[in-house]
Amino acid sequence: MSSFGPVWVIAEQSECAAEIVSLQLVGKARQLAEQLGVNCESVLLGSNLGGAVRDLLASGADRVYLADDPRLELYQPALYSEIICMLAEKWKPEIILMGSTFMGRELAPLVAARLRTGLAAHCTGLRLDRDNRLEQLIPAYGGLMSIVCPEKRPQMATVARGVFATPARDAQRKGEIVAVPVPEMGEPTVRTLEIVREPVSDGQLEDARVIVSGGAGAGSAEGWEAVRELCRELGAGLACTRPAVDAGWAPLESMIGQSGKMVSPEVYIGVGVSGEQQHMVGVVGAKLMIAVNNDPKSPVFEQVDLGVAEDCREFLPVLASKIRAYRESRKACV
Amino acid sequence: MNVIVCVKAVPDPKEICKIRIDPATKTLLRCDVPLVINPLDKNALEAALLLKEGRGASVTVISMGPPPAETIVKECMALGADRGILLSDRAFGGADAFATAYTLAGAIVKAGEYDLILCGMASSDGATEWVGPQIATFLGIPAVTMVRKFESQEGAAWRVLADWQNGYRRVEVRLPALLTITRDLNRPRALSFSGILKSRKKTIEQWGREFLDLPSEALGAKGSPTIVSEMSTVRNRRDVKMLRGTIEEKADQLVGLLAESGVL
Repeated sequence: MSSFGPVWVIAEQSECAAEIVSLQLVGKARQLAEQLGVNCESVLLGSNLGGAVRDLLASGADRVYLADDPRLELYQPALYSEIICMLAEKWKPEIILMGSTFMGRELAPLVAARLRTGLAAHCTGLRLDRDNRLEQLIPAYGGLMSIVCPEKRPQMATVARGVFATPARDAQRKGEIVAVPVPEMGEPTVRTLEIVREPVSDGQLEDARVIVSGGAGAGSAEGWEAVRELCRELGAGLACTRPAVDAGWAPLESMIGQSGKMVSPEVYIGVGVSGEQQHMVGVVGAKLMIAVNNDPKSPVFEQVDLGVAEDCREFLPVLASKIRAYRESRKACV
Repeated sequence: MNVIVCVKAVPDPKEICKIRIDPATKTLLRCDVPLVINPLDKNALEAALLLKEGRGASVTVISMGPPPAETIVKECMALGADRGILLSDRAFGGADAFATAYTLAGAIVKAGEYDLILCGMASSDGATEWVGPQIATFLGIPAVTMVRKFESQEGAAWRVLADWQNGYRRVEVRLPALLTITRDLNRPRALSFSGILKSRKKTIEQWGREFLDLPSEALGAKGSPTIVSEMSTVRNRRDVKMLRGTIEEKADQLVGLLAESGVL
């Protein structure tokens, strides 16, 4: 018998299937569990969860703790954290992983504080060290930090979608389902009344072939308009770095990086971005990386294939007009 | 109504790329990057100041940080906060999110009665989003993270809208509660000259471990479940080809390369 507890993934359901990030985490948890010689297990809360349970088992979970109840249809912080803490205290997992989804980002710290344990945020890598402790990698200041939680258990981490690969499904895989009763709690002090979907205006960044990402170097709202213009010319997805969100030029949903979206376009064009790790780790395996930055010594140029050392405010309008001209000339040929 | 706002002094996000890891010592080279109020904490403060103006709420700002963080507490006073508290003590040093939340929760209890605690949704210096919800857990009060709108602020149960995948979540929360704030909630005001003048008379309370009367093993690095075990300077290196020539020539070359890669 291993002296370690199981590796857990707190899974989520959306539209009758498990969230992709939950399956990606099950894939990672499976690896970690095999190295530790323990079970890979998942906790799934919600309502009408049959499809998601099958997904989790097919993706590598040995056991699913299942609380399937109409009261859990919407994420309810008090009830969800109560159930997870109760299960964790009983089964003593070694590791708990959660997706950096909106639910995970609220629920994980609530659970970690109640379990009096550590929680690493938005990891871009997970591995076991020589002592079988979970090393949690986080980009910071142009490098990587390894976070460990030496004494407290479980070791907890959140991870964004796209950091780990989606594991192959094996529909024949069998696993155990453990039904979890919903505890009776008094009137909750916080209650989700409804979850409202808003129409998505632009295409999903995750699916874009070309992404133009603007940063602080855009300089102003006017400079940002030039970034937008280039995007329109290229038919590219418009993304940004943290400073552009802080400046109010771009919405948070379009932020790429450790605490934003993880993308893998064919072509990435960073304009006025400095190459900060927290942003750059969000671009996974782009075939062609291009950067425009007025500082020839900018760290961004160490991380791309093509560099243009120009002020993007001057360069982008020129580039956009050249692209227009190129398109016109092509049209003339056919 | 008593509102507490937790603020963090962070290295100016505009200059953050100057901070690097020293490859030799694996420690941070801070290069004198100035400290500023964490941008999202300004939205939290703005929400509190609107409650002050709208219903006479009293606004207390609490920050934990090294002595130079006093400047950002002063700035919050100049923006309109009534009371400023700086938690500064060597015993608090090296705290992770858990120990930070524990210390702030201890200070909030010490600061007196409260109805609402507001925090920015995250800090810009790349830490976590955990401090807000963990303060709430230590205080035993409800938390709602990523609040983008107040729908109803009447009575003991407020209705708020919080960010969610492809939309939002409508939440009812009973006060006292902790809310973490996104930049969509409001537009933070700018400093005014009269505000600066008025704040000159206000003093900032400096609280240390003894005053908080918290066990030192629960604070700072000692009270932190997580540690940074290593810092490395690896990055995704690629061999860059810098385009040469005039701005026009560079644009021409880039158009050619984009066409070659099939995206035009």
